[in-house]
Amino acid sequence: MTSAGPLSFQDLILELHRFWSAQGCVILQPYDVEVGAGTLHPATVLRALGPKPWRAAYVQPSRRPSDGRFGENPNRLRSFHQYQVILKPNPPDMQAMYLASLEAVGVDPTLHDIRFVEDDWENPTVGAWGLGWEVWCDGMEISQYTYFQQVGGLDVSPVAGELTYGVERLALYIQGKDSIFDLAFNSPQSPDFMTYGQVYLENERQFSAFEQEAADVVMLKRQFDDMVETVNRLLARSGRQGQALVLPAYDHVLKASHLFNLMDARGSIAVAERQSYIGRIRDLCKQCAEAWVALEDRAA
Amino acid sequence: MPQFLLELFSEEIPARMQDGAARDLARLAREALAQADLGFVDLRAYAGARRLTLVVDGLPAAQPDRREERKGPRVGAPDAAMNGFLRSAGVAREALVERDGVWFAVIDRAGRPTVDILAAIVENLVARFPWPKSMTWGSGTLRWVRPLHSALCVFDRQVVPARIAGVRFGDLSEGHRFLGARRPFRARDFDEYREALAGHFVMLDAQARRQRIVERARDLCAARGLELVEDPGLLDEVAGMVEWPVPLLGDMDPRFLQLPPEVIRTSMRTHQRYFAVREAGSLALAPHFVCVANIETADGGALITAGNARVLAARLDDARFFWDADRKIPLDQRLEALRGVTFHADLGTMHARVGRIEALARAIAPAVGADPALAARAARLAKADLGTGLVGEFPELQGVMGGYYAALQGESAEVAAAVRDHYRPQGPGDAAPAAPVSIAVALADKFDTLAGFFSIDQAPTGSRDPFALRRAALGVIRIILENELRLSVGDIIGRTAFGADAAMAKLAGFFADRLKVLLRDQGRRHDLLDAVFALGDDDLVRLTARIEALGDFLATDDGANLLAGFRRAANILAAEAKKGPLPEGEPARVAEPAEEAALFDALVAVRPRMDAALAAEDFAAAMAALAGLRAPVDAFFDKVLVNADDEVVRAGRLRLLAGVRDEMRKVADFSLVSG
Repeated sequence: MTSAGPLSFQDLILELHRFWSAQGCVILQPYDVEVGAGTLHPATVLRALGPKPWRAAYVQPSRRPSDGRFGENPNRLRSFHQYQVILKPNPPDMQAMYLASLEAVGVDPTLHDIRFVEDDWENPTVGAWGLGWEVWCDGMEISQYTYFQQVGGLDVSPVAGELTYGVERLALYIQGKDSIFDLAFNSPQSPDFMTYGQVYLENERQFSAFEQEAADVVMLKRQFDDMVETVNRLLARSGRQGQALVLPAYDHVLKASHLFNLMDARGSIAVAERQSYIGRIRDLCKQCAEAWVALEDRAA
Repeated sequence: MPQFLLELFSEEIPARMQDGAARDLARLAREALAQADLGFVDLRAYAGARRLTLVVDGLPAAQPDRREERKGPRVGAPDAAMNGFLRSAGVAREALVERDGVWFAVIDRAGRPTVDILAAIVENLVARFPWPKSMTWGSGTLRWVRPLHSALCVFDRQVVPARIAGVRFGDLSEGHRFLGARRPFRARDFDEYREALAGHFVMLDAQARRQRIVERARDLCAARGLELVEDPGLLDEVAGMVEWPVPLLGDMDPRFLQLPPEVIRTSMRTHQRYFAVREAGSLALAPHFVCVANIETADGGALITAGNARVLAARLDDARFFWDADRKIPLDQRLEALRGVTFHADLGTMHARVGRIEALARAIAPAVGADPALAARAARLAKADLGTGLVGEFPELQGVMGGYYAALQGESAEVAAAVRDHYRPQGPGDAAPAAPVSIAVALADKFDTLAGFFSIDQAPTGSRDPFALRRAALGVIRIILENELRLSVGDIIGRTAFGADAAMAKLAGFFADRLKVLLRDQGRRHDLLDAVFALGDDDLVRLTARIEALGDFLATDDGANLLAGFRRAANILAAEAKKGPLPEGEPARVAEPAEEAALFDALVAVRPRMDAALAAEDFAAAMAALAGLRAPVDAFFDKVLVNADDEVVRAGRLRLLAGVRDEMRKVADFSLVSG
């Protein structure tokens, strides 16, 4: 830590990077396609599958169009940051590692009430589920901790352990702030000090308006259909080395998923249609998962 | 006598599964020990956040020796058969004994040491433990509720040599994650174990944890002139989430008390697992909460309490945002949105469902004393809150929020109450609505659900009841019985949008079955239910009154004897019916014998009393009237032979018995009464 006092938003991320790097994780950059959660990064969804060991950590900006509050709610954002760790196979002392990471960012477990509260995690759009917990710190959910059992409808073996820290939540907690926009983004001692609001408030305002009011529903629907078609087309082709084009196909699944979220935020998806949209995305994801596992098996 | 101690130490076990796990652990251990012929004095199981523990006191050091006799071939059987038998029994020819021309092998089996058997029992128990949901972890294949790390497993102070891949067996355990020494400790019997756990800040016994939470929470509240809102369900859950319970009293911004109390309670209970607090001697919530931490801290929990207060404030802030936004749109305007909400693919949209409930509530209203226009209005608004922000955030507040919004937009008190209460009763502990308009809407809601799902062949089967139809039927039954509503269930089914066909006949049978289950749970005799249900009445209030009166009557001397007389009459009639058709027509009076004349007179005297009592639905009086038959029936069977040689005499007597039987059948089918 470079300064006294609680970690700034960016130092929190840097500390987590340092910590998980020391545990053998490759530190990746955010995926450059819009996603609703860090789990959807191919480094988690695809790499969780197959027999090869894998340890990775990264920050993933996550877009949740329906959660937008136009920058007016101090606790809700339409885009926030998840810090994602994936450990395959999960080490036997993963819980202890997680708790050590909290200490590393300044949460003293002898002064706070840290609890593992049952949470059966499920993401129907990627056909994934696992058992684990929400981790509570003094009643606030600061992380999700999951032992993946299935992804893309396929069994995850060996089991991958996934940690997802809500970076804003954790920072609120560590800095003792009541509003996300008041978070110290960099060090308050810095002459170039910036708050979270100075960096992102305008994004919240503009994107809430776009996502909930201005997005063109007819176009979104057309684009969704295009993405679905593209996934099918890419999975039917082969690359120069004879492999299925799983990674680009999966990118288009992510795009379809985000388009669905946008349509949902515009209120243009009837409850009756919802399941059918989710089912289409899940099927595409399952096809990618199967193609990925086939590649992995071929390589092994 | 030696003791067995097992602790299965894992990552955090969901609180809701712990009680069941303790019961399953005790049951499986009991069954396995019985099967191994190992007696014991006492067996107990405990469950907590990170451990399942089993203690068995007073086990023997080894199984008892057993002698087994095995039947072999006949004396003089071929050598091949003899040799085969000797090989399979593992004995020498000299050891066989002969009895009645057959060889027997006597095999003595020395009892195995208990410690070896326990190892196998533990391995088997872990392998087939019935967790409601289990998982694998790492590269292993073992399934447990969450990763299982180690087992403290000792018998008579020695480590039991059990083996499970990935699980350390030994005499070590761990205490609290963050309190105390934070190092493994050793224990070789239960007393050492419990003492060590307490010293490492773990309360083993769930009951003790519950007690500590309640006592300390009450004290915290009392010290500030407050009262804990007790909540046994929440207490069970919280006691399963902590190993070292430390209740803390926190503050809430009093401005949140402007929100409906249900919103505050739900936020506290469901999202945060806090207990609510009220002013002493008042029903109103106080601006405080009790959370239960799992740790004692140097600052007396100050940081923890402040953190929890901040989380609650954030949640309630969001709730207030929805509460303010929701009130800007009248419920009527929300109805359109229900067109986009599918109730069930084959049963149309929620909007269509509202139309059906509205019509049905209007039709039911007169029969339950409600104003049809008010019932229809309430039904129309009943589902409108499904589109509100608060119900989106707190689905369990459906109905409740609708009631608030209805009252705020100026609906009458009856309509608002009906919107609020129409989902009720939602479980055995929930009250059934009692106001007429609420009753009409609650019945219409449930009948529409039941008739709808039965019409698309989705009746519950076995343990599968995805649409909670049993609960809906039970709700109807409770509303009818608790309000003593005089309705024909079949008539209401006929008035639903799903008409009257075979599926609806099945639904009527479903109601009868649910009522039987309810009455049986209340301790009514099964056979009496059958005897009354056989009459085919679907007025549930009348049905239960009959059952009540029948039970009372059969408990009297007259009732018991008359039942015996009924059986005799019915048996004779059944036996005679096999020989040929029974004589038809009304019985006639004969001069002789006196007993036959007396029974005829009694029957003639009973009939008008019975009819009057039944018309008045006074089943006690009907039973009292029947009691008048008891003495003449007894005397008749004593002195009169039904099967007289004279065919005319025989036919007359059979008509008389049929008359008695039919009279009794007006209150119940006595042939279905047992015992």
